[in-house]
Amino acid sequence: MQEILNILEQDALASAEKISQQLKRPVEDVRRQIRQMEEDNVILAYKIIVDDEKANRNTVKAVIEVKITPEREGGFNRLAARIARFDEVKSCYLMSGGYDLLVIVEGTDLKKVATFVSEKLATIHGVLSTATHFMLKTYKEQGTLYAQEQVEERLPISP
Amino acid sequence: MKTRTSNASYVADHVQKIPRSGIRDFFEIVQSMSDVISLGIGEPDFVTPWHIREAAIYSLERGRTGYTSNLGTPALRRAIAGFVGKRYGVEYDWKSEVLVSVGVSEALDIALRAIINPGDEILYHEPCYVSYSPSVVLAHGCPVAIPTRQEDGFVLRAEDLERAITPRTRGLMLNFPTNPTGAVLPRAEQEKIARLCIKHDLVVLTDEIYADLSYVGELPSIVSLPGMRERTIFLNGFSKAYAMTGFRIGYACAPAVLTEAMMRVHQYAMLCASITSQDAALEALKNGEAAMIQMREEYRRRRNFLVHHFNLMGLSCHEPQGAFYLFPSIKSTGLSSREFAMRLLEEQKVAVVPGDAFGAGGEGYVRCSYATAMDQIEVAVQRMAVFVKGL
Repeated sequence: MQEILNILEQDALASAEKISQQLKRPVEDVRRQIRQMEEDNVILAYKIIVDDEKANRNTVKAVIEVKITPEREGGFNRLAARIARFDEVKSCYLMSGGYDLLVIVEGTDLKKVATFVSEKLATIHGVLSTATHFMLKTYKEQGTLYAQEQVEERLPISP
Repeated sequence: MKTRTSNASYVADHVQKIPRSGIRDFFEIVQSMSDVISLGIGEPDFVTPWHIREAAIYSLERGRTGYTSNLGTPALRRAIAGFVGKRYGVEYDWKSEVLVSVGVSEALDIALRAIINPGDEILYHEPCYVSYSPSVVLAHGCPVAIPTRQEDGFVLRAEDLERAITPRTRGLMLNFPTNPTGAVLPRAEQEKIARLCIKHDLVVLTDEIYADLSYVGELPSIVSLPGMRERTIFLNGFSKAYAMTGFRIGYACAPAVLTEAMMRVHQYAMLCASITSQDAALEALKNGEAAMIQMREEYRRRRNFLVHHFNLMGLSCHEPQGAFYLFPSIKSTGLSSREFAMRLLEEQKVAVVPGDAFGAGGEGYVRCSYATAMDQIEVAVQRMAVFVKGL
């Protein structure tokens, strides 16, 4: 299972045939395991990583530090899930340290993100404070460098 | 005064006798073509892991730009002795028994120059790395090839070794995992070979540059067998496991007398290896294991993929257990290795290295390196399948 995940993490488009040939396993086995992992939500989604600038998309991203009040029984979970459900929220993590939730928000312009924070996020009952930091430039996303390293000219034949 | 007929006469006889590398002319043809997918590359396709490159940069920033001790920096030698001791259970004194060289190639060269008297015979197994025979000749020795065979998985058989030993035999060179075959030497065979080396008092040079790229777990080394440490020069380096070919760092571990002898050659020929590279190598040894394992797992997947497809093509191929080369037989096509490689290049633009470049025993085979990105390998096997089908 780990081996299949390792390959899919590098290339989500790798076919079951190709994976089976790389792992010396029957293709049916590989197909069944992938299906199982999808059903069990081990694999949650297959997505692409886009360079917004090259795709001519104006996206504004912000990292927001959120302090919230924990609740009896539920702790932070109910409030965190409530915040995470908004479409604008791309990622949401419970943190140790000076604040409780790290929320990554995305919008088409600055105003939309600001409005979301001030009108939706900050007004939720239980949210004590927010601190918003806008992202200026992305260098690396999910392990992928934006400026791909120049592949150096290797000799075409070497001993 | 004697007049010379041409410039060629300025070149020493024994250098004239060395043939040009069998890869050289082929290389020039490949270089003149475009859109070639090369499975002919004997170095990792990965860039050196960033933390190692960063250590090299930091070394420069700190102004570490001078010579080092001839033997190498104390820190690196200590780390090498520690690594070899832990991995193989063979202890070396870092002060007198470890030498850092400019790639394993240099270590091999100075080892040969340190042990060979003119005319001594040095045994090596074939097919093998291109430099072995010429390096022996350059050290005024006589190279003697011992054939290995596909049906044995290209493993050196002790009985073949025994037949090749003469009163003039000085030493034996081993390279497992092997470039170009990917063979590894099983412990039982190592034991038989060790007994012969002890019986005939041979020096053993074991080039274990691919040892970390093993797909069958940690490989034992012949040096750890009883009676072998005192007659063995253990050679390894950073190029293959850590994708550091351009840094040029190798090393030799050997009893103090042999290390001292190698150092005498090394100090005049090379002085020392680059300090920047030595600092980078130290970082590789200290913190490089995770990245190395990741690369090895990637090679393993590519190997499996290639073996699968070569078998589908009908090119019989033993499964290599180490290094990053496949050595399929192309005998079923009726072509010579050179014809096969040439036509594959011209017709489908895939470059492989003809097996005869690795010695006469390599005829009938080609070397395919899987140190190339998976998407390239996929296209290469598609093109090769078309080529083989059309023969």
